[in-house]
Amino acid sequence: MRKVYLDHAATTPLHPEVLALMCDFMRDTFGNPSSVHSFGREAKKFTQEARQKVADLIGAAPEEIYFTSGGTEADNIAIIGTAMARRKNGNHIITSAIEHHAVLDTFKYLAKNGFEVTLLPVDKYGMVDPDEVAGAIRKETTLVTIMHANNEIGTIQPIAEIGRIVREHGVVFHSDAVQTLTKIPVNVDDLGVGLLSLSAHKIYGPKGIGALYVRKGIRLQPIIHGGGQERKLRSGTENTPGIVGFGKAAEIGGRDMEQESKRVQGLRDKLIRRVLAEIPSVTLNGHPEQRLPNNANFSVAYVEGESLVLSLDLDGIAVSSGSACSSGSLQPSHVLTALGLPHEMMHGSLRMTLGRANSEEDIDYVVESLKGIVTRLRSFSPLAQPVRA
Amino acid sequence: MMYSEKVMDHFMHPRNVGEIPDANGIGEVGNPVCGDIMKIYLKVEENIVKDVKFNTFGCGSAIASSSMATELIKGRTLEDAWTLTNKAVAEALDGLPPIKMHCSVLAEEAVHKAINDYRVSAGLQLWDYKEHDDIHAQVHGN
Ligand SMILES: Cc1ncc(COP(=O)(O)O)c(C=O)c1O
Ligand code: FES
Repeated sequence: MRKVYLDHAATTPLHPEVLALMCDFMRDTFGNPSSVHSFGREAKKFTQEARQKVADLIGAAPEEIYFTSGGTEADNIAIIGTAMARRKNGNHIITSAIEHHAVLDTFKYLAKNGFEVTLLPVDKYGMVDPDEVAGAIRKETTLVTIMHANNEIGTIQPIAEIGRIVREHGVVFHSDAVQTLTKIPVNVDDLGVGLLSLSAHKIYGPKGIGALYVRKGIRLQPIIHGGGQERKLRSGTENTPGIVGFGKAAEIGGRDMEQESKRVQGLRDKLIRRVLAEIPSVTLNGHPEQRLPNNANFSVAYVEGESLVLSLDLDGIAVSSGSACSSGSLQPSHVLTALGLPHEMMHGSLRMTLGRANSEEDIDYVVESLKGIVTRLRSFSPLAQPVRA
Repeated sequence: MMYSEKVMDHFMHPRNVGEIPDANGIGEVGNPVCGDIMKIYLKVEENIVKDVKFNTFGCGSAIASSSMATELIKGRTLEDAWTLTNKAVAEALDGLPPIKMHCSVLAEEAVHKAINDYRVSAGLQLWDYKEHDDIHAQVHGN
């Protein structure tokens, strides 16, 4: 059976060049980069090369890159680290309602521990209004964090504009760029960010490694204490194979971005066009233009998302859904909720995120499969009377 | 989360799908807010469930539970059909993931509602039934 992976926002396979380099490295270079001897120096050389590559990808200096265990930890260090370091200046922090849980739950944790939190709403496309950011900033505000692009609906935020406002107020600005890295240009100066979260496993690198960019001059309080690695911000012996793999993935991702994003966007546009044209009562979630080139997010009326995911899986197609029934908590996705979608439309949500391996034939196969599945599920849906033959 | 082969079979090939135009007992449960809507149609003749069909909007577990519930009561007396429990549905499906048990409760409730709907229209006394409101509130949080 044909296998079509359309869940690249969840994770990506290792790029073969990344895998090859990591295998060589794990076999040949086991040293601890903190050691003075040749083994340590050799490992250090590799990690510094990787640091340079990640820095180059986002227009930063290598000493502004701090490796972490992934996007989640980068978000935690950025938020808790800033809130704690700047506690004397104030206890108010701002984010949006559609952030990843790595941000939202960290805000909840700080709210429980005496911080004041503002969650900004989004419009029906998932956009944050820069004027709302300006309006929410108070003199006690120490941090604003708004994600670069959303992992579910793909909406890209006006980060540069928000960054300008936040900087004018002398507030630290963080953005989670986990989903945008290597898909659209991510440059720390163009975006005007002080802190930026990255993750390797979304860009064909390994899992369990990411980075936080920290602009020179911004001080953070560490949340993990110990041997003082990563210039005392993130203690713990480095995940050297992960770092080396991340560096390679960053290099390849930067090199291929323009061409690959264009190719993937062409496929994605075709997918959206065909699904909306050929399946009745389907809508697109997220922004029509300001969206990640590889993201499609639909709501299929009258059917439930988990049953769509299961059915597509039986056809070899991997996708995800934000429906209540397909989540561990049985709550619909907070992102779809924040868009103000009616409940019926949240139930039929379907996310398809494309990547390197996807082809034109994949898209045709997926559309045909989805058509049959939706017809079948609607044939016995008590809600589907209006669209049944 | 993994579904049993039985669940997947009933999900992909649900039995007794559809509506009964001249049904004499209909039970609809669930609501669009918590995600599950199940509608069971009964054709009762001489105290026997002669025919039963369903329509379901819900997850794989909800669809498989509806299908299995209809199989379990078809051809049975009303008294027998009334004893259907969500546990029996789940067991007949070789088990459901804990988080998905409430979908089988829906099937139990829909069957009970349909039977009582029949009893009302046949001029019979309603049978007492306690809905599992607690389970819905517990898992769907509303
Ligand atoms: C926007 C966003 N932020 C953070 C994360 C977490 O990254 P990681 O899995 O590397 O911890 C993800 C991925 O799940 C994400 O999509
Ligand atoms: S119908 Fe919602 S979890 Fe089964």
